[in-house]
Amino acid sequence: MKLDRFWLGVAIIIVAGFVFTKSFDNEFYFFTTYVVLQGVIIAVAWNMLGGFTGYVNFGSAGFFAVGVYTSVALHKAFGLPLPVLVLASGIISALLGLAAGYLTLRLKGIYFAIATLAVALMLETVASNWEYVGGAAGTYVLQPKESSIFDNYTELLFMLMLLIAIAATAVSRYLSSSRLGQGLSAIRDDELAAECAGVPTLKLKLISATTMGFFMGAAGAPFPFFIAFVDPLSAFALLITVNSIAMPMIGGTAVWYGPVIGALILGAVQEVTTVTISSEINLLVVGVVLVLFITLAPKGLVGLVHDYMAKRRADG
Amino acid sequence: MSRNKNFRLWTLGIVALVAFAIAPAAQAQKKPLKIGFSMALTGPLAGAGKAALIAMKIWKDDINKKGGLLGRQIEFIYYDDATSASKVPGIYSKLLNVDKVDLVVSSYGTNEISPAMPIVMRKGLVFMSLFGLAVNEKFKYDRYFQIMPAGPVPKDDWSRGFFNLAMAQKDKPESVALLAEDAEFARNAVAGARRHAKRLGLKIVYDKTFPFGSPDVTSVMRAIKAAKPDLVYIGSYPGGSVGLVKAANELSLKAKMFGGGMVGLQFAGIQKNLGPMLNGIVNYDFWVPEPTLNFEGVKEFLSKYQTAAKGKGVDPFGHYLPPFAYAYLQILGDAVTAVGSLDQKKIATYIHATTFKTVVGPVRFAANGEWAETRTLQVQFRDVQPNNLAQFNKPGKRIVLYPDSVKSGTIVYPYK
Amino acid sequence: MFSAELLLNSVVAGLMLGSFYAAVALGLAITFGQLDIVNIAHPTFVIFGSYVAYIVNENFGFDPVLIGVVFVPVFYLLGMLLYQVYYACFERTGQESLSGLAFFFGLMFIVEVLLILVYGVDYRLVEAPYIGKTWHLGYIDFPLRMAVPAVVSFVMTGLVVLFMSRTFMGKAIQAVSQDRLALQLMGADPIKVKRIALGIGIATAAVAGALLIIIQPVEPSVGRLYIGRVFAIVVLGGMGSIPGMFVAALLIGVVESFIATFYGPSWAPAVGYGILLLTLAIRPQGLFGRA
Repeated sequence: MKLDRFWLGVAIIIVAGFVFTKSFDNEFYFFTTYVVLQGVIIAVAWNMLGGFTGYVNFGSAGFFAVGVYTSVALHKAFGLPLPVLVLASGIISALLGLAAGYLTLRLKGIYFAIATLAVALMLETVASNWEYVGGAAGTYVLQPKESSIFDNYTELLFMLMLLIAIAATAVSRYLSSSRLGQGLSAIRDDELAAECAGVPTLKLKLISATTMGFFMGAAGAPFPFFIAFVDPLSAFALLITVNSIAMPMIGGTAVWYGPVIGALILGAVQEVTTVTISSEINLLVVGVVLVLFITLAPKGLVGLVHDYMAKRRADG
Repeated sequence: MSRNKNFRLWTLGIVALVAFAIAPAAQAQKKPLKIGFSMALTGPLAGAGKAALIAMKIWKDDINKKGGLLGRQIEFIYYDDATSASKVPGIYSKLLNVDKVDLVVSSYGTNEISPAMPIVMRKGLVFMSLFGLAVNEKFKYDRYFQIMPAGPVPKDDWSRGFFNLAMAQKDKPESVALLAEDAEFARNAVAGARRHAKRLGLKIVYDKTFPFGSPDVTSVMRAIKAAKPDLVYIGSYPGGSVGLVKAANELSLKAKMFGGGMVGLQFAGIQKNLGPMLNGIVNYDFWVPEPTLNFEGVKEFLSKYQTAAKGKGVDPFGHYLPPFAYAYLQILGDAVTAVGSLDQKKIATYIHATTFKTVVGPVRFAANGEWAETRTLQVQFRDVQPNNLAQFNKPGKRIVLYPDSVKSGTIVYPYK
Repeated sequence: MFSAELLLNSVVAGLMLGSFYAAVALGLAITFGQLDIVNIAHPTFVIFGSYVAYIVNENFGFDPVLIGVVFVPVFYLLGMLLYQVYYACFERTGQESLSGLAFFFGLMFIVEVLLILVYGVDYRLVEAPYIGKTWHLGYIDFPLRMAVPAVVSFVMTGLVVLFMSRTFMGKAIQAVSQDRLALQLMGADPIKVKRIALGIGIATAAVAGALLIIIQPVEPSVGRLYIGRVFAIVVLGGMGSIPGMFVAALLIGVVESFIATFYGPSWAPAVGYGILLLTLAIRPQGLFGRA
């Protein structure tokens, strides 16, 4: 029953998205929703490892950037179409997640976080020195002229991101509700006990890390076409890492829809403040929102709502 | 009695009718002319971005006092892009599709100009741009105009003056060391220098990059010193420039010419701090208070800027970017006035065909939107006194060596 | 190119650089290494210290290091206050690592923006008589701009190590990271101990900030460049070991200097992180951490 409701919801969203592209010509909506959807994908991906197992990825920007640069390199070398680039970027980032996980997931949680940070910084240095994709000087990526069934290329990018976001959410949902998911939450609650109970902790953590990597890379693949000029500064932006942690935290890390809610809210707030309040206050808002949520709603919005409902049930 | 009343009523009615008829027309005349852009007001480039904004607002006030553009008062609609390229497409999209601005200009820096290109190209808009290196090389857009006076081949013209000066000396240099901070502009500038070196047959004895924001560059400077180069051409950002100048000084580096593409040595606060360590360095600049650059309007502009900049935490003198931020709007304004409408195609054609008089002198554009002739100055610091900020606001401390059209002195060679 | 002069100078420069890195990492070594408080905002506090040094130096001309030392008590109080907030919101509820991390992320942005609002985004530098002078010992150069911070950092680290090993409170801080329950049984209040520890951690930022602005120009976002480095140093040295952190900092400094001089500066940071990853893979407790 629940399964059907989810897929029905997915179908409705896809159709709605398509109708959205057909009924509005105002590119602004698609630019902003692209950025918000990018946040959704990265937040959902991050939560596959961070929320479900408790292993904090401190280097989300690194995985995202691997996707970006894979896309740039393959586009430059072979001129592959965008969907192929998405898949390729996803796979490369997934392998990165697997490798990084294999090396470090055996350590205590905090070491994993430091390792991801180090990996991201190393990758940034590599990207700065890799001349083929422009190195530190950056490279230009021209948008293709055709946009198939859409009115313009931005709408195509929006639709693509919507599909990736749905895929990521579906995978996340599967991970959390299946037997796999139970194993993951066992790891989050008490890894030692889980091990003793026979949960294959390393294998599960690696699966999470790999899927996380895949979707972060996939999110990066359309980025060069969105932004036209790619350089390490924009691909490895600190804001990507911050958002990847903040969005799930605001929404709630324990459930698959938490990061979606958090990303939609925080992403929308950031986009709105960019074009209204503007200036430094923008950064201040991000910081304050984050701190407020963390201190007042540590289990995220979802947790807040659950607690409220539980209290009402208890009272009523 | 009643006829009077009737008469009065009728008059009132007619006046009201006429007023209603005129009002929309009158209102349309007063409707402001909106110019939209994004600017780096936070993040690494914010220092320059904020200074540019101050200059742009001065232009707006100047024009509005004279009656506005096309009889309409100018209004700015701008947003902070936080030196983050991903914010730019959304911002320009909002400016054009939601705020419905009449004209757009660019943000500051290649990273912030490029993402807007596809959007303005799609809409066929004239795009006056503020300091981006060779942005139009790939896009090849015929309505793009760059106010940075790099020259028609920007990546090479940037360093052309430096090498021209070197090779004109009797004691000809034979070797060169190249160093670039690992970021967009510096890399491109040094790439141009490399091409010049090869073209002129100079031996490249050192050719490396260093990470952006490195705290200590002494080891780099030591390696350069060990290579014993005649010329040292560096592309760096403010943090790196300061460290390199200090390191060169501490290690008593000797060379025939030193400098080239170091950003930061144009900023008042840094100049004051480095003081006499700057003497002898030949570096790029765009405007200095030398008598040969006293173009019409620049002195008034700078004094307005310096008043407006007080207490805002930006460069107090405003020699580097602000005059150009004023000029790029001057050109847009002059073109719109000359064409008499907002027809983007006509404006673009006009700009391509005209030499403009601006606060940074005469400006003429090549077909690719860059300056037809390079005006990237090579200046040499001389007689700089320690701990003195005001000296940089006067002539005599930064001597213009190149190009010849605005030369104000001859080079002191070798540097050390 | 491999001359003895270049080699020795490279090593000496690396040691001075590493010693400075230690000053920045010291606060984190205490808060993160010993208390497991993931204070990612620490470099931003260091930048705050730089601005304090700048303001006083600009207006009164005092030596930056002196300013840093004078402001230690102020930053100490700030650190204690920070701990109270952190404890009330996170440690008490047992949410530490993740929520604490996000909290400090947010704090980092807030402090950075406040600095921008108050001081603007122009690069700031300080003046001191020894900036620009170099001592020469044979063919080895000691630019005082690097040497003075290196020595100050060494002294500060030494003081902290002495404090940790000789005083009751110092030993209590070490104890609280090793065995909180035992500490309580010994009669010390772990909360008070941690509060003092975070106070000390932030206090070091006052001095580290002064050192930073002696070495390089500072503007609010410079802190972000140090985040990776300081975490790498603390973990490489070994969680809980201050002397270990110092050695790790020296190591990173020398490696960076070496690579920069002989190979190519652009690869220097990558090598540092590479060493860190290698250490995590082979010996996760770091060079000097407890197994």
